[in-house]
Amino acid sequence: MIPARYTHTAIALHWLTALLIVALFPLGVYMADLALSPLKLRLISYHKWLGVTVFLLLLLRLAWRVSHKPPPLPDSMPLWQRHAANGLHHLLYLLLFAIPLSGWLMSSAKGFQTVYLGLLPLPDLIGKDKALGDLLREVHETLNMAMLVLLLAHIGAALRHHFIERDGILARMLPFLERGDSR
Amino acid sequence: MMRLLYLLLLLTAGAAQGAEFGPLLAEKSSVTFVTRQMNVPVEGVFRKFTAQMLLDPARPDTGRAQIDIDLGSVDAGSDEANEEVKGKSWFNARDFPRASFSSTAFRVLGGGRFETSGKMSIKGKTLEVRAPFTLRQEKDMLVLDGSFPLKRLDYGIGSGIWSDTSVVADEVQVRFHFVLTPVRK
Ligand code: HEM
Repeated sequence: MIPARYTHTAIALHWLTALLIVALFPLGVYMADLALSPLKLRLISYHKWLGVTVFLLLLLRLAWRVSHKPPPLPDSMPLWQRHAANGLHHLLYLLLFAIPLSGWLMSSAKGFQTVYLGLLPLPDLIGKDKALGDLLREVHETLNMAMLVLLLAHIGAALRHHFIERDGILARMLPFLERGDSR
Repeated sequence: MMRLLYLLLLLTAGAAQGAEFGPLLAEKSSVTFVTRQMNVPVEGVFRKFTAQMLLDPARPDTGRAQIDIDLGSVDAGSDEANEEVKGKSWFNARDFPRASFSSTAFRVLGGGRFETSGKMSIKGKTLEVRAPFTLRQEKDMLVLDGSFPLKRLDYGIGSGIWSDTSVVADEVQVRFHFVLTPVRK
């Protein structure tokens, strides 16, 4: 059986998020180790803008997902795998929420407000607090490392479905490679 | 309304005939500044400064002020920024430990507002500045609040790579809050 596809909106949101993460992650690692310089300040700002964009996309995705049920996983998949996939997707959503949130809070604690795109100031939910800022930086970093591991599993699973199981699971999230009925 | 307040201020000051204020209540006073980094306002503070002032609210034009700021006492928001900002390309606090302001004139602007003009010296450069402020009497103290914009590059603050004003803006808003106690005769 060829599983139904994700909606075009869901596909667009998924890959846009993926693209942003691929940019944000190395950018974060690179800028964190730079000595203080105009370049560092500029990159941190870009990082924050992209990160806030991921957060906004996540809110859109959640709203979309609630109103558009994702296509079910095929019965050919063992039950544990279906549970694992579901759990992994939920964890990834959780991280996509927690990582930008920790970045936003970290910025507030460090006394450096987030001004989205240099135009829209986001409220500081917490006051300036150096110790808390350092802690939130650790949290931000740790959550990111956790996400890296989960993403590798996510990508690994997708590739396995595509090249080994050949069950069309990856194709239903791809904007091209249309197979069978799309909805 | 402001005019009325101003009149009241003058009257109360007049009642205290020639009451001069001068000695600074250091723990209640502050000199702070706001820079813009990538359009994000970032607040900083100078923890140490001295101010020799003499101000009679009844005759503000006779006022005098000499303010010295210990640039090494800067807190620009983070340890990393503090180290940077004391360095050569910013304040160069080792060779120029102090910024100072010497008033040349005090004026009444009206509407409860005043202005002092004078010479600001930072990093070996001296330029004319004007700073508007307000006055208010609080118990037996005189509270002076004001701010003025300063272009950091005029003084060579943040040179080299930091002269890129698209990251750190040229204009810095300097704010002062002085609490003066009465001069004891
Ligand atoms: C999904 C979105 C995000 C991802 C994947 C991400 C990823 C990262 C990574 C990998 C680092 C480097 C950690 C390290 O090695 O120390 C980092 C640092 C940082 N992130 Fe994010 N981030 C995201 C969102 C945000 C947001 C929304 C903000 C702020 C509004 C933010 C603010 C920062 C800051 C300020 C640092 C540098 C910490 C430092 O150098 O002290 N991040 N980020």
